[in-house]
Amino acid sequence: MTVRKDAIIVGGGIHGCSTALHLCLAGLKPVLIEKDYAGRHASGVNAGGVRQLARDVAEIPLSIRSMAIWENISELVDDDCGFESFGQVLVAENDAELDACRARVADLNGRGFAHEELIDGTELRRLVPAVAESCPGGVVSRRDGAAQPARTTAAFRRKAEQLGALVREGIAATSIRKEHGLWHVDAGSETFAAPVLVNAAGAWAGRIAAQFGEPVPVETIAPMLMITSPVAHFIDPVVILRGRKLSFKQFPNGTVLIGGGHLATPYQDRNETVLDWRKLSDSASTVSELFEVMRNTTIVRAWAGIEARMRDDIPVFGPSARHEGLYHQFGFSAHGFQLGPGAGAVMAELIVSGGTQTRVSDLSIARFRDPIPSPTT
Amino acid sequence: MSAAPKRDQYDVVVIGAGPAGLAATATVADAGLSTLLLDENAGPGGQVWRAINSTPVKTEALLGTDYWSGAGIAKAASESDAEIIHRATVWSLDRNLELGISVGGGSAFIKARRVIIATGAQERPFPIPGWTLPGVMTAGAAQTMLKSSGLVPDCPAVIAGQGPLLWLLAAQILRLGGRIDRVLDTTPRANYIAALPHAFAFMTSPYFLKGLAMMREVKAKVQVVKGVTELSASGDGKLASVTYVAAGPRETIPADLLLLHQGVVPNVNLAMAAGVEHRWNELQLCWTPVLDADGNSSIPGIAIAGDGAGIGGAQAAVWRGRIAAVSAIKALRPAAKVIDYSSQLKRAERGRAFLDVLFQPAKQFRIPQGDTIVCRCEEITAKDVLDSVAIGATGPNQLKAYRRTGMGPCQGRLCGLTVTELMAEARGKSPQEIGYYRLRAPVKPIMLSELANLPKNEDATKAVVRG
Ligand SMILES: Cc1cc2nc3c(=O)[nH]c(=O)nc-3n(C[C@H](O)[C@@H](O)[C@H](O)COP(=O)(O)OP(=O)(O)OC[C@H]3O[C@@H](n4cnc5c(N)ncnc54)[C@H](O)[C@@H]3O)c2cc1C
Ligand SMILES: Cc1cc2nc3c(=O)[nH]c(=O)nc-3n(C[C@H](O)[C@H](O)[C@H](O)COP(=O)(O)OP(=O)(O)OC[C@H]3O[C@@H](n4cnc5c(N)ncnc54)[C@H](O)[C@@H]3O)c2cc1C
Repeated sequence: MTVRKDAIIVGGGIHGCSTALHLCLAGLKPVLIEKDYAGRHASGVNAGGVRQLARDVAEIPLSIRSMAIWENISELVDDDCGFESFGQVLVAENDAELDACRARVADLNGRGFAHEELIDGTELRRLVPAVAESCPGGVVSRRDGAAQPARTTAAFRRKAEQLGALVREGIAATSIRKEHGLWHVDAGSETFAAPVLVNAAGAWAGRIAAQFGEPVPVETIAPMLMITSPVAHFIDPVVILRGRKLSFKQFPNGTVLIGGGHLATPYQDRNETVLDWRKLSDSASTVSELFEVMRNTTIVRAWAGIEARMRDDIPVFGPSARHEGLYHQFGFSAHGFQLGPGAGAVMAELIVSGGTQTRVSDLSIARFRDPIPSPTT
Repeated sequence: MSAAPKRDQYDVVVIGAGPAGLAATATVADAGLSTLLLDENAGPGGQVWRAINSTPVKTEALLGTDYWSGAGIAKAASESDAEIIHRATVWSLDRNLELGISVGGGSAFIKARRVIIATGAQERPFPIPGWTLPGVMTAGAAQTMLKSSGLVPDCPAVIAGQGPLLWLLAAQILRLGGRIDRVLDTTPRANYIAALPHAFAFMTSPYFLKGLAMMREVKAKVQVVKGVTELSASGDGKLASVTYVAAGPRETIPADLLLLHQGVVPNVNLAMAAGVEHRWNELQLCWTPVLDADGNSSIPGIAIAGDGAGIGGAQAAVWRGRIAAVSAIKALRPAAKVIDYSSQLKRAERGRAFLDVLFQPAKQFRIPQGDTIVCRCEEITAKDVLDSVAIGATGPNQLKAYRRTGMGPCQGRLCGLTVTELMAEARGKSPQEIGYYRLRAPVKPIMLSELANLPKNEDATKAVVRG
């Protein structure tokens, strides 16, 4: 039996759930299909960094749009999602890095963005007293912060369902096809049909795009994180480094999350990752160099999440360049958690009104349609 | 003496020096394979033969002949060509058979062509009201003190629960002059009937007479209350009394020490973190790995032997260890002559079904209610778990998002089974459908500095290993 819906969303990460919720707010009745459970993959296991800092210029408008939602997240999903805003600080470890920071902030200011602010060594130590003396300064984005990823994704999923979204978990969307002008998707014993299909399938989304004639340069990556035993409170903001792979955050319970983009090996068809302890060891060395207080803590757990990364490190977002009613929302390249709330709102606008005030055109899948320039012969 | 492994690659790495690991080690090493045995204890023996080489308790009868039977197997392993490292914790194992090992404050990575996991069992959580009070401990912890230091209770003490080990421990405490005021037996009465069909096999197994003798020995010295259906511990800041119901009025007795035990379950953390497939075992009410007859798991090259493969007791552990070893020998030395130990295993497993059915713990002692604590790390009660289910937590991994259960240093060892069964019952699903925590390395916490100091590349690894 085919069930008619206003939209079919494939993928129950923060993006699929946020789009489902915003479609409901716009009066539509979508179905959300998730092969495992909402938040099982990148969206439930990420570092929770809510960061406008250090983003590619192309995604800043979406990030700013999202930030405004984050700051009132309880109003949207009836849960504060553990969101805390103590800023995010990018640390320069030497003068050359600080110069690069200066140039970056000047460039952003020239484009009309003011969220990144250059700081000197004094302000850096005021914000992050535990940082090594040798660091000359950095950049701060004061409204940034962090939230709890699994709790956030669960809250979006729950609210979407309360507002009328149909949620199917533990069932993969298969046989995606267009028939008689409607998208059809099988989910177990059910078939759904709708004029709109949102491809929010995370690391699996590239396959769906390719199936519909829009192959994109996407790879599956598995960023790693580790968490320590509790340490006495010593830091409020989230810290990232300019020159080395490290991000760093202390939770209210004292535990410290250490990340920064070192990669594990993904086995996406098994929902599995194999950690690379040598690279985690590098993170551990960096942490001990920069934060003496951390040297005697223990690592309690390490993990990795499966994520899609585009060749140009910015997402694919917006209508398909080939098919009416198909929308892409994937490829968040290890920094899509912060974008989730805003991306869902913008996606709903694109679907319902055909347009949005938020500039997302630079993220279109069409950017990969242009033939790759061949070396002149 | 440098404690680190001598090489960075072995034919076979055995994890755990209990009956299964010791037997496996001797067998593979005798076949000429390069073998490494790792165990986090100070000496060989595992749980059953703990401190076999060092216990201060030297009078044979006190610990029982089964205990001393371990000495021979421990000796065979130590006299083999295998390299044996004690106080070595395996904190990581992956499907590429790479192991992260912590020895003497330093960590190293080694590769194996085959891995035999023989990490044994742990006690089943026993979440009753008051079980987190100081003065309440597991019977196994008491037994560890007894075997390794000769310590026994000398204060008002109660031992409560069920299963062969409960009686064994009671007997061992009494023989060493320790004090037990009362034994509270929680075996459900209905289990005696359910186990009846398996009684014949049991009565013709070696356990039967031994078990009977031990129970008689305990009953001669201590008041034993059978059919306990309710149990709780209370006290202000520390245990003061134990309250129970057994087919009569509620009784409260003073106690400074309460030893709890309702059987053992496989210690699955390392195998699960490596990605080995496990299924819910309806008979033993726990997760057991999916294995073939030789003990091979779903991950090529990883076998599991001993109680970690499903509770079978020390004798079965020995044979399972040998069988897994033979399978490794066949794979790595196809020409080697090997022995088939399947009939020995079958004999050792005789009577197990009877014990499994008879000592299945009652639901009220596995699935707590109300304010009873489920997760000790985060102090989460049964009611907290049910509240989370009501607002959408569908399984243990989602519960983490609501309550952080299983995210503390114990990685769910103390709450995992309770959470699975509690959520399964609340949602009207089977434990298999509800699933278990996704476990991750490090299986035991490691120091940040130790991780930071890992040898950084192959050359560095070699330098450290030789140094
Ligand atoms: C607390 C307790 C007490 C018990 N007492 C008895 C008893 O007195 N008599 C009896 O017949 N049975 C007893 N049992 C049951 C019993 O464990 C066995 O049937 C038997 O010991 C199983 O043998 P095994 O080789 O499978 O595991 P075990 O004997 O448990 O050996 C496992 C070994 O693995 C090691 N290990 C575990 N994880 C790691 C790791 N990550 N890195 C390195 N080493 C690791 C442990 O230190 C241990 O030495 C007890 C069980 C428990 C849990
Ligand atoms: C370790 C780690 C740390 C990170 N840290 C941060 C951070 O600090 N800040 C930040 O902003 N971002 C961070 N990210 C990135 C962020 O988590 C992701 O960009 C974001 O969660 C992507 O969301 P998503 O909804 O696109 O994908 P996912 O959360 O992966 O969701 C996609 C879902 O689609 C489902 N699916 C796939 N195919 C099908 C099908 N056929 N049928 C049904 N369902 C299907 C999958 O099961 C999956 O659940 C991090 C990522 C990782 C892995």
